[in-house]
Amino acid sequence: MTQPLEIRKKQYKKLVDEIKPRPPLVRNTLGAFIFGGLIALIGQFLLNFFQGQGLSVNDAGAATSTTLVFLASLLTGLGIYDEIAKYGGAGTIVPITGFANSMVSPAMEYRAEGLVLGVGARLFTIAGPVLVFGIFSAWLVALLYYFFR
Amino acid sequence: MVAPKKIGVQTRWFQNPPVILGCATIVGEKEGMGPLGHTFDKIITDSHYHEKSWEKAEQRMLQEAMQMAVERTGLSLKDIDFMLAGDLLNQIISANYTARNLEVPFIGLYGACSTLYESMALGAMLIDGGYAEYVLIGACSHYATAERQYRFPVEQGTQRPLYAQWTVTGAAGMVLARQGPGPVITHATIGKVVDLGQQDPMNMGAAMAPAAADTIMYHFIDTGRTIDYYDLVITGDLGTYGKELAQRILINNGYDITSRLVDCGVLIYAPEQDAHAGGSGCACSAVVTCGYLQQEIQKGHYRHVLGVGTGALLSPCSSLQGENIPGIAHAVVIEAG
Repeated sequence: MTQPLEIRKKQYKKLVDEIKPRPPLVRNTLGAFIFGGLIALIGQFLLNFFQGQGLSVNDAGAATSTTLVFLASLLTGLGIYDEIAKYGGAGTIVPITGFANSMVSPAMEYRAEGLVLGVGARLFTIAGPVLVFGIFSAWLVALLYYFFR
Repeated sequence: MVAPKKIGVQTRWFQNPPVILGCATIVGEKEGMGPLGHTFDKIITDSHYHEKSWEKAEQRMLQEAMQMAVERTGLSLKDIDFMLAGDLLNQIISANYTARNLEVPFIGLYGACSTLYESMALGAMLIDGGYAEYVLIGACSHYATAERQYRFPVEQGTQRPLYAQWTVTGAAGMVLARQGPGPVITHATIGKVVDLGQQDPMNMGAAMAPAAADTIMYHFIDTGRTIDYYDLVITGDLGTYGKELAQRILINNGYDITSRLVDCGVLIYAPEQDAHAGGSGCACSAVVTCGYLQQEIQKGHYRHVLGVGTGALLSPCSSLQGENIPGIAHAVVIEAG
């Protein structure tokens, strides 16, 4: 403990990295593949179903997204979605269902702080950055497309 | 001039060692199902504890645990000179509202997860200093309130890393007295804030381990004791990997306490309970100390115990601004009465 702090910090970082458990990459990747694939599969079934009912491709796509968002919100409300996400990881976060989960969970959580400053203000805590940077990059790409096409 | 009850650099000894007169614990369902489930006084199965919010539930647990501790000793709240308590929520609201309801002179404390040990050390000083006959101390935490303050909404689907810890839902109260039956507090070593550059708020064990090792080492240096004096060294909530880190730092400095070292965070959950590296939160060291440890000392299984409360001093704001997470640890010597 008599060494200079900077050296102690470096040595400690090495020790922490040595002891820290590695994430189970194979298991996580497999989980993301299976659960993400499963969600996509359900989406495809829904899309085919809605098209079979006579909806146009665009309308069937919208109906599919709405149904998936509804299902994910319901599962979040029932406390099931986070249990699935524990195994699904990115496979459950990246699809539209993950987006639904990231909005419903703060809505439930901040209900205690009132409708306006609780639910209203906190609804986009997690989804907000996704929207901001999603819209911003769409704008940027559109701008580049406009000038360089 | 050196203070008469100071020994070495960071340690104080007590002339008339204050007594741990009575303890009480309340925990949540997950803790109740853990390996120490039988050592707790009350297990609540509803995480809202019939209240409208988790914060209210946490506050109610603390109040009940502290009241229960007082009732156990046969005292009434009027006999209590000071109440010392703290929790993890912003502005320590659980402790503040509890103090409002109990109407006892109150000193609010924040030592993150080390709060119970901070309270024990200060409570013992108040008593041995002649400023109090009875001091009521307590600490609490709640998985859901801590998650939403420090991390994500509870229902948010995230994958927790293997070194993450699980905030213990629970509360504990303890009555310290100038005299009476029970284990006594003979020394307290107040820790320094130690920062070895850790920044990952999911890896709190790594943030706290250097502080725990530092305090334990200074305790040995100050008292001139070796590990052989103690039957048990019990740390607050280092978790599996933090405990390993503290052990390694101590070995590197010539103190091998591996055979006597346990951690409340490791004890409180079984591996299959999906808590990953173990428990954390104010309640972790509080309920294990006031439950399991207290009972083991009463049974005579341990006679000389060094309890070390550990805390990670971060806030959601400090981690977002890229600050390090410093740690703190306070040690208290508990001897069978």
